[in-house]
Amino acid sequence: MANILIIGEQTDNALNAAVAKCVTCARDIDGAEIHVLLLGSSIDQAAATAASIEGVAKVLTIDAAHNANPLAAVYAPQIAEVAGGYDYVFGPSTTFGKDLVPRVAALLDVNQLSDIMEVVDARTFKRPIYAGNAITTVTVKDGYKVLATVRAASYRASGEQAAAPIEAVSTGAEIPAHSRFVSVQTGASDRPDLQTAAKVVSGGRALGSEEAFKIIYDFADKLGAGVGASRAAVDAGYVPNELQVGQTGKIIAPELYVAIGISGAIQHLTGIKDAGTIVAINKDEDAPIFEVADIGLVGDLFKVIPEIEAALGA
Amino acid sequence: MDKIIVGLKRVVDYNVRIRVKGDGSGVETDGVKMSINPFDEIALEEALRIRERGDASEVIVVSIGASDAQQQLRTGLAMGADRAILLESDTVVDPLAAAKAMLAIIEQEQPGLVILGKQAIDNDNNQTGQMLAALWNRPQATFASEVILDGDTAKVTREVDAGLETIEVDLPAVITVDLRLNEPRYVKLPDIMKAKKKPLDTKAFSELGVATDDAFSVGLYEPPAQRSKGIMVEDAAGLVAALKEKGLV
Ligand SMILES: Cc1cc2nc3c(=O)[nH]c(=O)nc-3n(C[C@H](O)[C@H](O)[C@H](O)COP(=O)(O)OP(=O)(O)OC[C@H]3O[C@@H](n4cnc5c(N)ncnc54)[C@H](O)[C@@H]3O)c2cc1C
Ligand SMILES: Nc1ncnc2c1ncn2[C@@H]1O[C@H](COP(=O)(O)O)[C@@H](O)[C@H]1O
Repeated sequence: MANILIIGEQTDNALNAAVAKCVTCARDIDGAEIHVLLLGSSIDQAAATAASIEGVAKVLTIDAAHNANPLAAVYAPQIAEVAGGYDYVFGPSTTFGKDLVPRVAALLDVNQLSDIMEVVDARTFKRPIYAGNAITTVTVKDGYKVLATVRAASYRASGEQAAAPIEAVSTGAEIPAHSRFVSVQTGASDRPDLQTAAKVVSGGRALGSEEAFKIIYDFADKLGAGVGASRAAVDAGYVPNELQVGQTGKIIAPELYVAIGISGAIQHLTGIKDAGTIVAINKDEDAPIFEVADIGLVGDLFKVIPEIEAALGA
Repeated sequence: MDKIIVGLKRVVDYNVRIRVKGDGSGVETDGVKMSINPFDEIALEEALRIRERGDASEVIVVSIGASDAQQQLRTGLAMGADRAILLESDTVVDPLAAAKAMLAIIEQEQPGLVILGKQAIDNDNNQTGQMLAALWNRPQATFASEVILDGDTAKVTREVDAGLETIEVDLPAVITVDLRLNEPRYVKLPDIMKAKKKPLDTKAFSELGVATDDAFSVGLYEPPAQRSKGIMVEDAAGLVAALKEKGLV
């Protein structure tokens, strides 16, 4: 029977929502036994969450002080050692997974698939290329371990189950001292997380300033939505980088996506292809965003948004 | 530091509308504008700035690909690189093989820093730098939006899902760059003339002794599923009504 190792991601003992989506992908490989490997320091809660994901047979943990921060150079040799006994090694296509999985793959001397969006059969997978403008079907030849990142936006989270066993493991991997964590700066916010929010409101260059972007935050709060942005809005300094949606930002799949003052460049659209309903508000009726929008409204955002808020309030 | 190596991949220009060939055998590249991968331009710009500050003495641009990639290397030389190396291959080189080829060059050149793009916008793999760092057994600092060199170490700020993460790595190291690291310079005409005289070495990829094991076989290429055309509403009230109908507000 095939077995699959999923490299889990956790922050401050909370499991990343992408892990349950990787499990869904892994369950498409018929009859495989699925294990989740978690690295960190004090990760009991995250491990318990992983153990309760439907389809997970076992959770492995390497809980150690040297794993306190997610440095790929530190994690990769430990994972490569555990991975030896598996046919498949998957990780989420978050920045954590993208940083780490290729390093593991190289240590195992195998190629890696990026962003699996569909399992065709046990050795055949679909993945997007050219910013999602083409989809390729890739077959991994027999005799090779399958290393991959899973495009979380293509999968729903697997459900819950009675907890699977959790097992601490240790490895003899050498921990390098050449890479050191310094700090992380996060824009703490009470709003729904961009990557998991059911609704997202994004603003673009049209907002014109950091102050003016407030209209987007306020509108998002009225809808109970997370906030996103185009690259142009991030580059101009209206919002921090973690809000960027698109090819080089976050790939998201909310039920509702509202693009305000965003033209709809291919690189932006790559990030929202799997959204349920796309709403576009733009003053230019020829803006490319209207080609993909389910509901379009031509108008000046500074006039239209207050009107929508008033209509919603009624 | 003595040398910095920068990877330059030749890719379809980011402004080109990508079309899948009718027979599903690939993506249309005939007569299509080709450019340096945009992330690689940023990688080169960073290397040039480091050299111009006096923290490195030579910038070497490396491309793996068909002989046409000479054009992109010449552009890199015109931007200011000192010399170029083309590892010529007529077949597509996957990230693991590209990383092994880069490692072969590293062993010859002994650079203090290797700067690559975070991803090539053709296959969107986002792997080569991480693989190279693993094979070289050196640090990696991926998705960089700020690089500060300090003697034998580099402090790198990385764009991660949570925000901005800063790590410190010992040199030599591999850095992969994100879009906000810098704004690449424009090439001026006299620089293009000067670049013609700069050295560009061509080596056959096959002579490096790098195994390309072809673990993957790529079948069909397909266009993505199209979203069906939606509706236009007249005003705010129309928008709210449409959202209510879908049960979204
Ligand atoms: C390699 C690469 C990767 C990239 N990755 C990304 C990415 O991940 N995400 C991303 O978003 N971009 C990305 N880009 C950039 C992308 O190509 C576009 O430049 C960017 O998305 C444009 O942002 P925008 O729509 O906010 O700005 P613009 O294109 O300038 O559009 C602004 C829009 O606002 C409208 N507008 C102006 N005023 C008003 C008003 N008062 N009311 C209503 N509408 C108004 C205008 O009609 C226009 O359509 C990438 C580019 C490259 C080269
Ligand atoms: N064929 C190549 N020639 C030169 N550089 C490359 C090549 N392939 C990958 N690279 C470098 O590795 C980075 C990441 O590529 P990839 O892993 O393919 O997304 C690119 O931005 C380049 O800097």
